[in-house]
Amino acid sequence: MTTTDVDAGRASPAGTGDRDTPGAGAASGPPPELVRGPGDEIRPPKPQRGGNLLRAFLFLLPALLLLGALVVYPIVYSVVRSLYGRTGSDFVGADNYQRAFESTSTLRALRNTAIWVVVAPTLATAIGLIFAVLSERVRWQTAFKVAVFMPMAISFLAAGVIFRFVYEQDPSRGVANAVVTSVEDAFRPPGEYPGARPSDPSTLRARDGGYRTTAVFRPGEVATVGMVAIRPENVPADAVRAREPSASPARAIRGVVWLDFTRGGGGTRGTVDPTEDGLPGMHVQAVRGGETVADATSDPNGTFTLTDLSPGEYRLALASDNFRASATGVSWLGPSLVTPSIIASYLWIWIGFAMIVIGAGLAAIPREVLEAARMDGANERQVFRRVTAPLLRPVLMVVLITLMINVLKVFDLVFVIAPPSVQDDANVIALEMWRVSFGGAHDQGLGSALSIILFVLVVPAMLFNIRRMKVER
Amino acid sequence: MKRIMRPLLALGAALACALPALGVAGTASARTPSQKLQGQKIEVAAVWTGTEQKNFKRVLDAFTKQTGVDVTFTSTGDDISSVLEPRIAGGDAPDVAILPQPGLLKDFASRGALKPVEDAAGAQVDQHYSPIWRTLGTVDNTLYGVWVKGANKSLVWYNANVSDDAGVKPAKTFDDLLASMQTVSDFGVPPLSIGAANGWTLTDIFENIYLAQAGAEKYDQLTAHEIPWTDPSVKDALTTMAKMVKSDWLPGGTGDTLQTEFPESVQNMFSNPPKAAMEIEGDFVGATISGNTKAKVGTDAKVFSFPPIGSGEAPVVTGGDVAVMFDDNPAAAAFLKFMASPKAGEVWAKPGGYISPNKDVPTSAYPDKTTRQIADALVSSDNVRFDMSDQYPSAFGATDGQGEWKLFQDFLSNPSDVDGITQQLESAATQAMNSQ
Repeated sequence: MTTTDVDAGRASPAGTGDRDTPGAGAASGPPPELVRGPGDEIRPPKPQRGGNLLRAFLFLLPALLLLGALVVYPIVYSVVRSLYGRTGSDFVGADNYQRAFESTSTLRALRNTAIWVVVAPTLATAIGLIFAVLSERVRWQTAFKVAVFMPMAISFLAAGVIFRFVYEQDPSRGVANAVVTSVEDAFRPPGEYPGARPSDPSTLRARDGGYRTTAVFRPGEVATVGMVAIRPENVPADAVRAREPSASPARAIRGVVWLDFTRGGGGTRGTVDPTEDGLPGMHVQAVRGGETVADATSDPNGTFTLTDLSPGEYRLALASDNFRASATGVSWLGPSLVTPSIIASYLWIWIGFAMIVIGAGLAAIPREVLEAARMDGANERQVFRRVTAPLLRPVLMVVLITLMINVLKVFDLVFVIAPPSVQDDANVIALEMWRVSFGGAHDQGLGSALSIILFVLVVPAMLFNIRRMKVER
Repeated sequence: MKRIMRPLLALGAALACALPALGVAGTASARTPSQKLQGQKIEVAAVWTGTEQKNFKRVLDAFTKQTGVDVTFTSTGDDISSVLEPRIAGGDAPDVAILPQPGLLKDFASRGALKPVEDAAGAQVDQHYSPIWRTLGTVDNTLYGVWVKGANKSLVWYNANVSDDAGVKPAKTFDDLLASMQTVSDFGVPPLSIGAANGWTLTDIFENIYLAQAGAEKYDQLTAHEIPWTDPSVKDALTTMAKMVKSDWLPGGTGDTLQTEFPESVQNMFSNPPKAAMEIEGDFVGATISGNTKAKVGTDAKVFSFPPIGSGEAPVVTGGDVAVMFDDNPAAAAFLKFMASPKAGEVWAKPGGYISPNKDVPTSAYPDKTTRQIADALVSSDNVRFDMSDQYPSAFGATDGQGEWKLFQDFLSNPSDVDGITQQLESAATQAMNSQ
C-alpha cells in the first residue's frame, strides 16, 4: 500500500468509496453533501468505511506490532511451550500442568500465593486507609505522607536486601531481633553461665533448667562441682584460680564450683587442676526432700559454704538462674514465620501507595456531604462508616485490586529475603516459575505451564479492573 | 558447582540474575612473531570475575605470548548456562568455554553442541592427569573436556587460636575429629560451622563421609545411581554424619545454622569472640577468609585433610572447571592443548586461589604452604572422587529448596530420621533421573 492510494481514497468524494475512479465524483456532478436543502443541518461527512478503516489500521499498526511482539506472541508461545517437555522438542500435552499440580513445591507456592493475595492487599489497604484518614488531621501531614511514601522509591531488590538484614537471627546484626532480645533480656536477665554443663555428666543431673548432684552430702563433707562449656569471654573478670576446700565445719557443706577445663589442654577431668579458675557468683543450694534449705553464692575462687545444716543427707543444686541463656530472639526467617515476615516488608513498601491514593479519594469527597451528616447529628464514627466509607468504596476497590495483581506476581522480595534453606517454605508461584525454569532444573516446559497458571490467576482481577474502567467512563 | 561467588549474599545472586551483564575485555599483548596461528582470534567464556578473572587473564596472556593468538575473555557471571544457551541457540557460541559443572559438559555434549578435544589435547590429558579426569571429561566414549581447575573439598579449616586454647591437634582419624570437637565444645566454643542455608555445604560433608566410609567403589555406584539411596552404606554414612552435625555443636543450634549462608559461616569462625571453631569445606574457604575476615590463612586459619574413617582411606572429594570447545578451529585447539599443559597451571597458580588437577604442575608453583598442602592432597591421593551432587541432574543435586540440598537440610533439622531421609532421597533421585 502506498501513500498515493491513501491520498486517492481521501480525495475521492464521500459516499462513493470508489478508489478506482478517483475523479468520478467530480465528473458526475456535485457530491451528495453539497446537495442540501435550506433547513438541513451541516453534518460532518459520513464516515467512509473503506478508507477510514485503512487509516485506522495504519495508525494502529505500530501499537499492534509492539503489542503483538511483546505481549501476544510471548503469551501464545508460552502456551505452546508449556505443552513441550524440558528440551522443547518433545510434545507432552498437558503433562506439565499435571506435574505442576502434583508437585508439593507448586502446591505450597499456590498456598502461599493465596495467603499473600488475601493478607497483603487487605492489610495494605486497611492500614493505608487509617493513615490517610489520620494524616488529614495532623499538622505535619506532608512530612508524614512523605515518610510513609518514601519506601516506594526503593526498588524491591534493595528493600529485600535491607529486610534480609533486618530479619537476621543474630541480634548483633538483625535489628528486629536486637529489639526483641533487648526487651526480653530486660525482663528476664540472662544468667552468668548460659550453656554451661557438668564436666562429668554422671555427677550432676539436669533438673528444672539447673543441675542437681546425683550423690548426697552430709554436713562436714566437701563437694566439688566441675563445669565445662563456658566461653572464655563469659567467665567473670573477677574469677581467680579455683581452690578446693580441705574440710567443712560440722554444720555446713563446703565446696568448690570451677571451670574444669585447662586452657591449652591437659588437666584431669574432675580434679581441680592448678591453672583452672573458680566460677564466682554461682548460686548453689542445699536440697533435702525437695526443699531448698540453704543457699550460697560462690566466691571468686569458686568456693561456697552452705551453713546451718542439721545432720542428714543433702543434695546440692545449681539454680537455673545461673544458666538462663540470653534471649535468642525470634526466628523471623524460619520455616513458619518467613512468609509473614516477607509480607511485612511488602507492607512497608506499599502502604505509602495505598495511603496516597486513598488520600486523594478522601480529598475528592464533597465537604458538604460530611457537613450535612454532622448537622444531622451523626458522630465521627457514624460519619466515617455511613458516609466516608461508602463514598470511598470505588477508590478502595482500585487499591485492593491493583495490589492483588501486584501481589500475584511478587517474586523479588521472596527471592532475596528467604534464605535458600527456607525458599521452599516461602515459595510463591512467580518464584516457583523462576526456580523450575532457571534455578537449576532448566525445565522451561514446566516453567511455561506455571506462567500460564499465574496468567490465568491474574485474568479475573484484570477483567474486573477493565470493567470498572468502562463503567467509570 | 560450589563456587565461592555463588552464595555471596542474596544481593549478589539476585544481581547476577537481574543483570547477567557480560564483562568483555580483550587481551592485547606482545606476541612472538612468526607463529602460524599469529593474528587468529578466539573467544573464551568463563564464570570468573574480579580477582579470579584477573588471575585467569595471566594464563591467557601466557597463551597469547606463546602462540600469537588474540584471546577475548567473556565473563558470564555465575549463571554461565543462561548466557551460553541463547548463544548456542543463536549459533554464536564462544570458541571455548570453561564450565563449572560436569552436568553442563554432559548436557552440551549430548546435544551435539561441543567438539571433541581428543586430537587437540588427548595426549596431554593422558600424560599429565590421573585417569579420573579423562573419565570426567568423557561423554559417550569421546573426550570433550579438559579439566583446567581443581578443587579440594576434603578439608577441615579451623581457627588456630581456638584449637590452641582448647588444646586440640589436627585429627588423624574421624574418631579423633569427633573427640576434638567434643573438647572444643567443652572449652565453650561450638565446634562446627556449616553454611547450611546453602544445601551444598551439607552434601559436601556427606560426600566426604560416604567416600571415606563406604569407599570409592560404592561412591561410584551411588553417583551413577546404580545402588539406591536406601542402601545400608548410605544409612551408615548418615548415622556417622549425625554424630557430628548435632545441634549442640553448631553455633546457635540447628535453626541458626540453617539460616547461615556460606560466607557468614566462614566469618563465624573468625569473629571476635569466635562463634565456631571448625568448618569442613573446600579450598575456596581460604579466599573467603582472606576476603571477608581479618584472619590470616596459615597463621590464624589453618587446615587439615578430612581424616579417614575406620580402616578406610582418607577421602578426597574434588570439584573443578572444565574447558570445552564449541568450535574446532586451530586456535581453539591450541588453546585446549595449552590449558592441558603444566605451563598453564604454573602461571595460574602463582597469584594464589587456584589449585590444578594437573599432576605435573610442581608444588613449588603455589604461593604458600597452605595452598601447596591442599594441592598436594588433591594430586597425590588415590581415593579421589568428583563431587557427587554435581554429577546428578541439577534438579536433584544442585537446586535450592529441592532434591539433595533440601533433603540434607531436613536431615540437619532431624538427624535421627535416617530411614525417612534415605527414602525421600531415593524417590527424589529417581524422579530427577527419569525426567532427564
